[in-house]
Amino acid sequence: MDSFSSSPWWLWLLICVGETLAVIVGVMVSLAFLLWGDRKVWAGVQMRKGPNVVGPFGLMQSFADFFKFVLKEVIIPAGADKPVFLLAPLISFVLAFVAWAVIPFAPGWVVADVNVGILYLLGMSSLGVYGIIMGGWASNSKYPFLGGLRSAAQMVSYEVSIGFILVTVILLTGSMRLTDIVTHQQGGIWNWNVFGGGHKLLFVVMIPMMVMFYISALAETNRPPFDLPEAESELVAGYQVEYSSTPYLLFMIGEYANIVLMCAMITILFFGGWDFPVPLPIKHDTLAFTLIGLFTFIVKVVFWFVMFAMAKAIVPRYRYDQLMRLGWKVFLPLSLVAVLVVAAYRVYGGAL
Amino acid sequence: MTLMAIAFYILAIITCGAGLMVVTVKNPVHAVLFLILAFFSAAGLFVLTGSEFLAMLLIVVYVGAVAVLFLFVVMMLDVDFIKLRQGFANYLPIGGALALLILFELIFVNIAVASKGAAAGNQPQVFTGQDQNIKAIGHVLYTQYTYLFEMAGFVLLVAMIGAIVLTLRHRAYVKRQDIFSQVTRRRKDAVAIVKAPTGEGIKE
Repeated sequence: MDSFSSSPWWLWLLICVGETLAVIVGVMVSLAFLLWGDRKVWAGVQMRKGPNVVGPFGLMQSFADFFKFVLKEVIIPAGADKPVFLLAPLISFVLAFVAWAVIPFAPGWVVADVNVGILYLLGMSSLGVYGIIMGGWASNSKYPFLGGLRSAAQMVSYEVSIGFILVTVILLTGSMRLTDIVTHQQGGIWNWNVFGGGHKLLFVVMIPMMVMFYISALAETNRPPFDLPEAESELVAGYQVEYSSTPYLLFMIGEYANIVLMCAMITILFFGGWDFPVPLPIKHDTLAFTLIGLFTFIVKVVFWFVMFAMAKAIVPRYRYDQLMRLGWKVFLPLSLVAVLVVAAYRVYGGAL
Repeated sequence: MTLMAIAFYILAIITCGAGLMVVTVKNPVHAVLFLILAFFSAAGLFVLTGSEFLAMLLIVVYVGAVAVLFLFVVMMLDVDFIKLRQGFANYLPIGGALALLILFELIFVNIAVASKGAAAGNQPQVFTGQDQNIKAIGHVLYTQYTYLFEMAGFVLLVAMIGAIVLTLRHRAYVKRQDIFSQVTRRRKDAVAIVKAPTGEGIKE
C-alpha cells in the first residue's frame, strides 16, 4: 500500500475502496458456502442429509435463505427502543467485517497492514459484544435481556485469556503486525507457532495455547458448547428472540463472519497463515507463490471452520457456572503461566 | 494534510457532541452508549496523533471491558424517571460549583500548557508514522518508571483483592459443586451390586 502514497489521491481512494469491496464481497460469498458446509457437517454427524434441494448438492441454499430473510417484513416490538433495536444488528455486522481489514490473505494481500494488528483484532472482537447486549436490552423483553447479559459476561471473561494467549504469540514473534507474525513462521511446518515458532522446546507450551485459543474462540463467538446467550432450551433464542427478517440476517451474518475471523486468527497466529507446510522451490515474489499462499490460507481456514462445526455437532452445552469456572479458574491461570514460561525462555533460553 | 484536518474536526465534533449527550440525554442506557461513542472517537483522535497503541488500548480496555460493565450495571437498574427529575434545584448549587471548579482547572491547565509553564522543555514528539510507539512506551515504562509502574499494578491488585474480600462469603447451608471430586469419582465409589433375595429385598 505504501507504493501508492505518492500517486494522486483519487487513485489511492479508488484502490482502497476496491480492496475493501473485494474483501467484503469475498468474505460474504465464502460465508454463504461455509454456512452450507456448517449445516452439512452438522447433518452428517446426525446422519441426516442436510440442505440438498436448492442447486447442485444444495449449494444455493444460503442464497435462498438470504432472499427469504430480505423479503420478509421487519417486525419491531411495540415496547422496543427503536433506534437502539435497529442499531444493534448493524453494529455486530459492521464490526465483524471491519476486523477483516488487517487479515493477510496471501503474501502482500492485506487491506491495512497496521503495526498493532493484533490489538486491533482484539479491540474489534471486544466491541462485538455491544451488538448483542444492545439488541438484548432494546428488545424490552426478558429472554433477550438475559441472553444479552450472559453474552456480555461470557465475552468479557474469555477475552482476558485470549489476550494472554495473544501475548505468548507476540513474545514468540516480537511483533504485533500480522504480516510479521506470518513471515516469522515461514519455512515449513516446524516453524509454525503451534510448534514453538522455531524454538522447538516451546511446542510444550504452544500446543496447549492453541487448544485454549480454539476453545476461547468458541466462547467468544457464542458457538456451541458455549452458546448460552442463545440457549434454546433456556432462553428460546436469547438476544435474537425479537428479531426478524433483515435485522436477524445481519446478526447471523455478523456471527458467522466472526467465527470465520476466529478461524483466520488461529491460522495466522498458530498455523503459519499463508505459509505452505513444506518450503516451496518457487521465488517468493512470483504470482504463483501468492496464489499458492492464498490457497493454503483458505484451506487452513476451512479446516478450522470444520472443527468449529464439529464442536457444535458433538459437544453438549455447558452450564453457565461451569463456563465461568473454565474461563477464570482454568484458562486464565494457565495462560498466565504460559506467558511467564515463554517470556523466560525468550530472555534466558538464548533466543534473543 | 487537509485529510487529517477533516478527520480531526469530524472526530472532535463527534466526541464533544457525544459528551454533551451523555449529560443531557434522559435515558441512562442511552447516556452510557453516548459515552462509548465518545471513547471511540477519542480513540480515533489518538490514531490521528500517531499513537495507535494508546488508541487500541483505549478501545480494548475502556470500550471493550469497562464500558461493558457500566452498561451491564446501568441496564439492570430500575430507574424511576420521575424521581430522577426531582431535586434538580436542590443539586443545582453544588453541581454548578463543581462544574465551575473543573472549568477553571481546565482553563488553568490549558494556559499552563500553552505558555509552556508546566511542560517547559518537553517538546511533543513529532509523528513520523515509522517509529513503533509500543516499543517507546514499553521502554520508558519498564526502565525509567519501573517502580511507579509496578506500584500502580499493586494498587490495582489491592483494589481487586479488596473487592473480592468484601463480596465473597461462604454460607454454610449452600451446597457447592466440587468439580475435582466429580471428575475423579470412579464407578466403584458410586455403584455397589447387591444380591437381592426373592421376596425379601435388600436390608439396610
